[in-house]
Amino acid sequence: MNAYNFAYLDEQTKRMIRRAILKGLAIPGYQVPFASREMPMPYGWGTGGVQVSAAILTPEDSFKVIDQGADDTTNAVSIRTFFERTAGVETTTKTSEASVIQTRHRIPEDPLIEGQILVYQVPIPEPLRFLEPRESETRKMHSLEEYGLMHVKLYEDISRHGHIATAYAYPVKVEGQYVMDPSPIPKFDNPKLGDMAAIQLFGAGREQRIYALPPYTNVVSLDFEDHPFEASKADHPCGLCGAIDSYLDEVIIDDAGGRMFVCSDTDYCENRQAAGHKGKDAA
Amino acid sequence: MYVAVKGGERAIENAHAWLAEERRGDTDVAELSIVQIREQLSLAVNRVMAEGSLYDPDLAALAIKQARGDLIEAIFLIRAYRTTLPRFGTSKPVETGTMACDRRISATFKDLPGGQVLGPTFDYTHRLLDFKLAAEGDLPEAPMREAQVGEVPHVTEFLNREGLIEEALHDDAPPPDLTREPLEMPAERALRLQALTRADEGFTLGLAYSTQRGYARNHAFVGELRIGSVPVEMHIPELGFAIDIGEVTLTECETVNQFKGSKTEPPQFTRGYGLVFGLNERKAISMALVDRALRWEELGEDNEGAPAQDAEFVLYHADNIQATGFLEHIKLPHYVDFQSELELVRKLRREAGASDVQEAAE
Amino acid sequence: MQTQTLSGGFEDPAIQSAHAFRGIMEAMARPGTLQTISGATPPAPLSPAAGCVLLALCDTDTPVHLAGETDCEAVRAWLAFHTGAPTTGSTHCMFAVGTWDTLAPLSAYQIGTSEYPDRSATLIVECPALETSGATLTGPGIKDHASLSVPDVQALQSNRALFPLGLDFILTCENQLAALPRTTEVS
Repeated sequence: MNAYNFAYLDEQTKRMIRRAILKGLAIPGYQVPFASREMPMPYGWGTGGVQVSAAILTPEDSFKVIDQGADDTTNAVSIRTFFERTAGVETTTKTSEASVIQTRHRIPEDPLIEGQILVYQVPIPEPLRFLEPRESETRKMHSLEEYGLMHVKLYEDISRHGHIATAYAYPVKVEGQYVMDPSPIPKFDNPKLGDMAAIQLFGAGREQRIYALPPYTNVVSLDFEDHPFEASKADHPCGLCGAIDSYLDEVIIDDAGGRMFVCSDTDYCENRQAAGHKGKDAA
Repeated sequence: MYVAVKGGERAIENAHAWLAEERRGDTDVAELSIVQIREQLSLAVNRVMAEGSLYDPDLAALAIKQARGDLIEAIFLIRAYRTTLPRFGTSKPVETGTMACDRRISATFKDLPGGQVLGPTFDYTHRLLDFKLAAEGDLPEAPMREAQVGEVPHVTEFLNREGLIEEALHDDAPPPDLTREPLEMPAERALRLQALTRADEGFTLGLAYSTQRGYARNHAFVGELRIGSVPVEMHIPELGFAIDIGEVTLTECETVNQFKGSKTEPPQFTRGYGLVFGLNERKAISMALVDRALRWEELGEDNEGAPAQDAEFVLYHADNIQATGFLEHIKLPHYVDFQSELELVRKLRREAGASDVQEAAE
Repeated sequence: MQTQTLSGGFEDPAIQSAHAFRGIMEAMARPGTLQTISGATPPAPLSPAAGCVLLALCDTDTPVHLAGETDCEAVRAWLAFHTGAPTTGSTHCMFAVGTWDTLAPLSAYQIGTSEYPDRSATLIVECPALETSGATLTGPGIKDHASLSVPDVQALQSNRALFPLGLDFILTCENQLAALPRTTEVS
């Protein structure tokens, strides 16, 4: 891989991405267009996150990659290997030891601290996209803060189902200004977005957008007075570590309706087990 | 007892090893060489160069071999390679009027200066399987004639001389480049053409076909279709003049389309344009039709709401690398978001009083 | 003069740019914090920190405005050689560098548009001193509040009032920098 530059991207591309990241931090929740490059992995598989990580990594970083909360999912393994090869960075599965964490669909359970950076892979950065497919229109709606359509959609859910029927990629409002898509994290993770000590960067490669949340930013999940936002998860303890406060994967264990629930954040679960916590399904 | 699945890394390595074996196939059969692919599957090579936006037949052939003949995968390999290449400069615009044509046909004039050259076309082959090809026989020699010398003027120029076709305005401004800047709407024509020449052949064909069937019909005649090689020149500032850095084979299609005219302007034909790397006339013709459909606004036509008129729709969905990546990403794990929906649906059903078989069994 | 032009850039651009950028990013993400940044030795009157910012962020795609004394032959040649960035006036620049007084008036710079608020200038302000005392800062990136020596409270308040439009500032002094994005409330 010696033929490639440090962290794969050429310096001019990195500068372009770095400028976009700075503007993103200066305008929290606003989607900065950037000239996303064609990466050696498919669009939709983390090319935005990979480009952001490539632009921020230094050789001293300790890099963690999770997909669905786990370090061992195949695409997380693939992205981790890519940076081991192209940037020579140390990698880790421990949330507490990582300085840069690239994630798809989860925020780690353990609170992140100052000095850490969380990089999200984003498929569709535009929260209004499913209400209005045209970029030219949604850009106008953001500029006019015209978010009525979003509230109407959420309210229609309530009248039809009795609840807001959005369970992931639940839209948030940032600093009272921009409505932002937090990427397809479960709404269970939404409360972690605001006032986080770490820097949060969002990269959407195919859609050519970067956005950001500086630490300690005000982030509010959209809701209504009579239907307040509610973070939810499966109402079970983790079968392996017994945690009652973590987001759970449901695992089907036999053909007779048997199933169990385990932490989606594998590092969190392993740490708890190592500390002696045991769930009902643990060995 | 339950043990979480581990070993993603090993699974990936094993998958790659198996893939390499499958790519090679039966080792009793001779291995394909890059040269064989380049020479004998040249239309596949041409498509990969066109949609990969990189003119290099050997690399395209290598990509096809590596991709086991999956052309979109091969295009992807070429794009990912292309993006790492340093950019030394920009060529001068190629002059297709000086093209050494292998093929040149016009559907609008029976004969014309430069002549009609059928070239190596499938057009009039009867589509009967040629079982002789299965027997790797000798090749009958194609007859030769002296190459024509001199420029081959564009058909549209004949029309232009009479003012019968809209003037194609000369513009020396550097065109935008969607590989270096994020796509932004509204997109000017040069940008649309760049997107179309890289666009998926099937998508472009489908859109072009839809215009013929009435979704923004624009009455296209193939004014001219030409295929051949043109020199590529680059201005070298240190030398103070342009030098020839090679040649590329291009397919160019100019369509002549109807135009209604207005009170102030007498009726004139309008243009659609297609230009594609390599020998790829289905794509070039499709491109010209879609280009013409996208020009509705500047030509003062009605927006019929047809897909081919909708620049945002066309440009955001024409790239097969973007499309296939995003389409196929839904096979990646979505446990987390699916779980959140699952919980929501269970909750809504509980509240609606539906009995959940699973919950009841517990 | 020629040696000065050729020297003072990053010796290992990929790694030094990465370090410099992380410092700038931390500063922009946490207004009121000071970051130490090194690797560039630009010609006077540029500070090493300002030189690092220019090397890390500027290239042929970013017109730079050299304000006041920075608009000298030595700086122009150094910037051109190491970044290729074209120089321009305040109205069309993406980056500007100079002391607070020479950068004025702020109204000359691009503050973005309502659809593209990111198309706004970033001002690299050379400061005589940079300390975490003085004006009180609140806003995104700041837990509770922070303090920073800022050049002009009132001008920064007017800039904040433009949000989501506005200018972003990187304050530099010797080998230290701090940043003030448009979101920061200064009092």
